[in-house]
Amino acid sequence: MMATPFITETQRPRSKTVSGFLLLAFLCALCVSALNPVYAKEAAPLAADPLTEKRLMAISAELRCLVCQNQTIADSNADLANDFRREIRTMISQGRSDQEILDFMVARYGDFVRYRPPMKGTTILLWLGPGLLLVIGLTVLVRYLRRRNDAISDSDLSPEEQRQVDALLAASQDSQGSKPQ
Amino acid sequence: MNKFLWPLVGFAALVVLLAVGLNLNPRDVPSPLVGKPAAAFSLPVLGADRKFGPEDMKGKVWLLNVWASWCVSCRQEHPILVDLGKKGIVPVVGLNYKEVRGDGETDMSKTDAETEAKLARERAAKWLRQHGDPYQLSVLDLDGRVGIDYGVYGVPETYIIDKTGIIRMKHTGPVTPDILSAKILPLVAELNK
Repeated sequence: MMATPFITETQRPRSKTVSGFLLLAFLCALCVSALNPVYAKEAAPLAADPLTEKRLMAISAELRCLVCQNQTIADSNADLANDFRREIRTMISQGRSDQEILDFMVARYGDFVRYRPPMKGTTILLWLGPGLLLVIGLTVLVRYLRRRNDAISDSDLSPEEQRQVDALLAASQDSQGSKPQ
Repeated sequence: MNKFLWPLVGFAALVVLLAVGLNLNPRDVPSPLVGKPAAAFSLPVLGADRKFGPEDMKGKVWLLNVWASWCVSCRQEHPILVDLGKKGIVPVVGLNYKEVRGDGETDMSKTDAETEAKLARERAAKWLRQHGDPYQLSVLDLDGRVGIDYGVYGVPETYIIDKTGIIRMKHTGPVTPDILSAKILPLVAELNK
């Protein structure tokens, strides 16, 4: 049981009476939850066949819950998601293929119900948009870097500047040359 | 070009993009069912011992309005529907969606089908008595299976169905006077020509 290590860890620094009380409270809670079936409500009813349940999970992970919109049917506890799972389970038991089940949902709720909608006119921006943004971003970056390179690349010195550079270099060589002596 | 102008142009473009994005309604998902035949069903009629299906409305332009007594937004649109029902411009059929299990308060593991049906009839009828009944009739979709066939994901929803049984428009969310006068009624008039 998951809760047991938690209890032993927390009771270590406590006195015996407190840990005894905690244990009692835990056991009481366990009894209450065993008596009251409301606590068992969250667990989705498992189909007799684990294979069916596996397929149900796979299909419902592909489908959007339209009530919560950003959750899959598999993740969602919304009422509608429950209905969808029930419907999918029925279709699986009728021997329908995964594709048929997805088509059933799309026919009623549209491409929006699929997390991976088919590529077509209305969804082309959805599929290619990120790539397009990447290309635009890279183009802007490359153009910016090139322009910056051009700006800082060596340009010819004017004769006046050249004379100044020569004078500075000569001066530094003199000072270096005189040091060891 | 001025080197400060490009970032400014980029910023302005971003502002426009975000402004448009924030003003879109994320619930406004285009329904693939528009232009398709309304799915057939045969559901029990509220307050009567018979069944109803969309084929019973062949030859008429009609509205299918999805509602439930637990649906808060339905109360917002209801007076508009009641008014529409009084005027008798277009027949409105109610699809009562998951009356009992939709409220999330009834423990369905302890409720059998018969109890659920009885409870749904009681609650739906009571709600219509309280708020007015704009519907030619209402059908009960207890488990929401017909709702899935119609792509229902948020109540209320309203469908306009033409004389041949094709869905011509779907509106998700409460019907407002604006939507009624600007979209629904013109389309109904056009389809009735």
